[in-house]
Amino acid sequence: MALIDVKNIIAGYGGAPILNGVDMAIEKSDIGVIVGPNGAGKSTTLKAIFGLLTVTSGEIIFNGQEISNSLPDKLVPAGLSFVPQEKNVFTSLSVHENLEMGAFIRKDDFSDTLDEVYEMFPPLKEKRNQPAGELSGGQRQMVAMGRALMSKPSLLMLDEPSAGLSPRYVIEIFEQIKKVNASGVGILMVEQNAKQALSFATKGFVLASGKNSFTGSGQDLLNDPEVAKSFLGG
Amino acid sequence: MIKRAIILYSLLFVLIIGVGLVMGAPFTTRLMVEAAAYSLIALGLNIQWGYGGLFNFGIMGFIMIGGFAVTFISVPINMEFWDSQGPFLLFKAIVAAGIGALLIIGANKLPRFGIKGKTFRIAQVLAWFSAYIIFRSQIDPAAKYIESTAGFVGGLGLPVVLGWVFGGILAAGVAYIIGKICLGLRTDYLAIATIGVSEIIRALIKNMDWLTKGTLTVSPVPWPVPKPQDFQLMGVQTLESFVYARASFLIVVLIVVLGALFLIQRAYSGPWGRMMRSIRDNHIAAASMGKNVKSRQLEIFIFGSVLIGIGGAILTSFAQIFDPGGYQPINHTFVIWVMVIVGGAGNNFGAVFGGVFIYIVWVLSEPVSQALFINISAISDGFGWGAIPEIESRALQMRVFVLGLVITIALRYAPKGLIPEVIHQQKENKKAQ
Amino acid sequence: MNEFIFFFNKVIISGAVLGSIYALGAIGITLIFGILRFAHFAHGDMMTLGAFVTFILVAAATAIGLTGPLPMGFMVLPIAMVIAAGLALGIDKGFYAPLRARGAKPVTLLIASIGVTLMIQGLIRLFFGVKSRTFFAEAPKEIYRIDMSFFGATRPISVTQPQILMILVTIVAVLALHFFLTKSKFGKAMRAMADNADLAQVSGINTKLVIRVTWVIAGALACMAGTMLALDVTLKPDLAFNIVLPIFAAAIVGGLGHAYGAIAGGFLVGFAETLAVFNWAVLLRPFRENLPSWISNDLSLVPTEYKLTVAFVILVIVLLVRPTGIFKGASS
Repeated sequence: MALIDVKNIIAGYGGAPILNGVDMAIEKSDIGVIVGPNGAGKSTTLKAIFGLLTVTSGEIIFNGQEISNSLPDKLVPAGLSFVPQEKNVFTSLSVHENLEMGAFIRKDDFSDTLDEVYEMFPPLKEKRNQPAGELSGGQRQMVAMGRALMSKPSLLMLDEPSAGLSPRYVIEIFEQIKKVNASGVGILMVEQNAKQALSFATKGFVLASGKNSFTGSGQDLLNDPEVAKSFLGG
Repeated sequence: MIKRAIILYSLLFVLIIGVGLVMGAPFTTRLMVEAAAYSLIALGLNIQWGYGGLFNFGIMGFIMIGGFAVTFISVPINMEFWDSQGPFLLFKAIVAAGIGALLIIGANKLPRFGIKGKTFRIAQVLAWFSAYIIFRSQIDPAAKYIESTAGFVGGLGLPVVLGWVFGGILAAGVAYIIGKICLGLRTDYLAIATIGVSEIIRALIKNMDWLTKGTLTVSPVPWPVPKPQDFQLMGVQTLESFVYARASFLIVVLIVVLGALFLIQRAYSGPWGRMMRSIRDNHIAAASMGKNVKSRQLEIFIFGSVLIGIGGAILTSFAQIFDPGGYQPINHTFVIWVMVIVGGAGNNFGAVFGGVFIYIVWVLSEPVSQALFINISAISDGFGWGAIPEIESRALQMRVFVLGLVITIALRYAPKGLIPEVIHQQKENKKAQ
Repeated sequence: MNEFIFFFNKVIISGAVLGSIYALGAIGITLIFGILRFAHFAHGDMMTLGAFVTFILVAAATAIGLTGPLPMGFMVLPIAMVIAAGLALGIDKGFYAPLRARGAKPVTLLIASIGVTLMIQGLIRLFFGVKSRTFFAEAPKEIYRIDMSFFGATRPISVTQPQILMILVTIVAVLALHFFLTKSKFGKAMRAMADNADLAQVSGINTKLVIRVTWVIAGALACMAGTMLALDVTLKPDLAFNIVLPIFAAAIVGGLGHAYGAIAGGFLVGFAETLAVFNWAVLLRPFRENLPSWISNDLSLVPTEYKLTVAFVILVIVLLVRPTGIFKGASS
């Protein structure tokens, strides 16, 4: 059974639906990448899974439970984490406090997880007492991911983690995403750097106008001439 | 929507008749004059808030300005003042104010002469400070002199209606200054700033005894129509004289209110109203379409304040007394907000309805709760729990609570008001389709 | 030297007391703005309500014959604060929470807070009437006089016991708040939510609980501030409504949403007010004979009747020159 199984969801903000039937399934070992043109509903898919907009039909099964339209304060304890694209750190809080906020729902001692996160992102340990707002873009992305990992999720959703980063940092962030996945966390992410992301994706989803248009492994999609022609720019 | 308005207005009419039957004609005519003046003020706020989205929490200040204006214009001339040194001292104070103003203007022009940055700031502060000192050095002795000799400057002895007009003009002038300073602010800042302005206006009017007589109060302020005493001289019975006098006053006020309503309604359905709505609903889009949002907002703020000033003037002349100590934010700011919100922000008929209806509720909650308390008191006394003490003063306070209750209920169950704004947009869209 | 003692009594002590009251009120306003994004106008009346709660408790304690080393108002303050916090929670649940659930705009909540203002004032007047009351009907305020003859002054520095206690209580409250905001889980969550409410929700922070914690703190501090104000002057129904402007000025000057800014803003406005109405001619008195006679005996910058204008002028200048406040607040 898949870790998360999104079945033909239709969702929107109350008006005309933005998603018109999206399907995707991710295993714990997967790195799923959603690509597609602007306005295809990539970010919207993540937000719909995370209960930030209303799902009017279809099912989202996570760990065997139906979770559509649940709010984050139920989803995070269930093992789902989300890193929004923008404003994804608490700028006035220190790095350390940002991470603590990620563990808000945990009642147990989370110092082990804290150590793991610091180990995974060494620059953060150095700057743990600095306000997150003073960090560089790449380091902020690490804070955001670290915060999301503090709740010990089984699935981490990332909305364009490489947006606005210089190419060197993009590679670094992707390396870290792979590391997170290797530690046993399923990944579902939206990416603009489609070719680069699909190259290491175990599952790729091409969305267009709120629907799946191609699904396959990252390599399959990269090799598919039609996908390449219409979505990856040749 | 129109049907709903007609039904509500008919119910209101029935309510007024009912009040008339129970409380008697003299009471009801008085109530209606005041309610009409309040509905004019509510119209003013409706323009500011309903059309312009401007959060004016300083209505009390503008009502006071109107009250002062009509007092100043219509009260008889105080010869004692004009025969004394007072006018000369005041003239000196005005000259001092002029010098101060020149200093400030001069300081503001300094950048043209290459003085910038910190030096400029310091010069500006110094100019304001010296202007203030120069003005104070002249006005303080003048005030002291006038208060000790003539009491206050008195009035001009001109017709009352001219005083109402002056109330509007003075309110417009003050609104212009406040608008220039505050209108760029965010809604909640504007609310605080206008509350501050109205408190300052209150402090000024209350303490400038030489001009307003302060808490000593000025009375009698004349009427534009014959007073009850005049009717009595003509041989009318006391009770009826009140009804006649108040009814004729009511007619004058109704003419003002209906005239204002007609003019606003016409302006609102024209291009001016469309522009105002577009600015309220979307500042940024309107600004990007080349509309000067700030000066339009200033326009609307002034326009609304004029109506509030006139309303305040009418209230003072009707009360025949100008008592700066009698103005309270609850009675003169918040109650107006309740009127507009309950009536329906953005709809002039809603505002007028809210003005009259809420004023009746406000005034009647006192006798109604008094009756209620007397009954409860009798019951609790019957059980041996003792009677409620000081029923009269408590009943008076009940209306503040009732007002709060009414607005919270309205926000919860009828957030758009009883007669909501008619959205013209839909009609226009339909035409387009 | 006497003149400086007069200055100390009139400006430093009064300013510190006024500043403490403003600061405690402004913290509540700023926290509520940070978390819920609306200007809570009824805050002044929550202060008054708190003062009346304390008053009732004092009356009850006196009636059963309790006495203590401190004025009863301070002895019962903790209990009053708990009750006031409960009342604040009730007000939120009854009046603001339903509007939030509907997704009402902040300005609607602002208007709702007028309704709350009116209801609180109405109820207080209904039950207590409009007359002024004092906490010191039984025993007068104890006054400490610090002898300054050592410095050649004949007049002592005089400060009342409640004034000293007020300043101490404020310091304790501010320190407690500081540790709460920087050390506790909910304190940090409050700062996180004021910083970025959407992200707080995404992180799984229980935002409803954070809102409740905010009301508890705001209500308790409002009760503290109101009681102190009533102890310093007298208790009447429009007690705190009249200082809602300086309190908001303090919160805005400090940067809305910024708790430390509110404290600084409170003292800034408090001292500015006492300095502005202070009669500077007093300090010139020793040199009176050598000064030209045109210098007036009244050199206060602002007559006492216009004290309110001071807060307003500060507010307007800050809004025009630095709209985010001295410290950068969550104002955008």
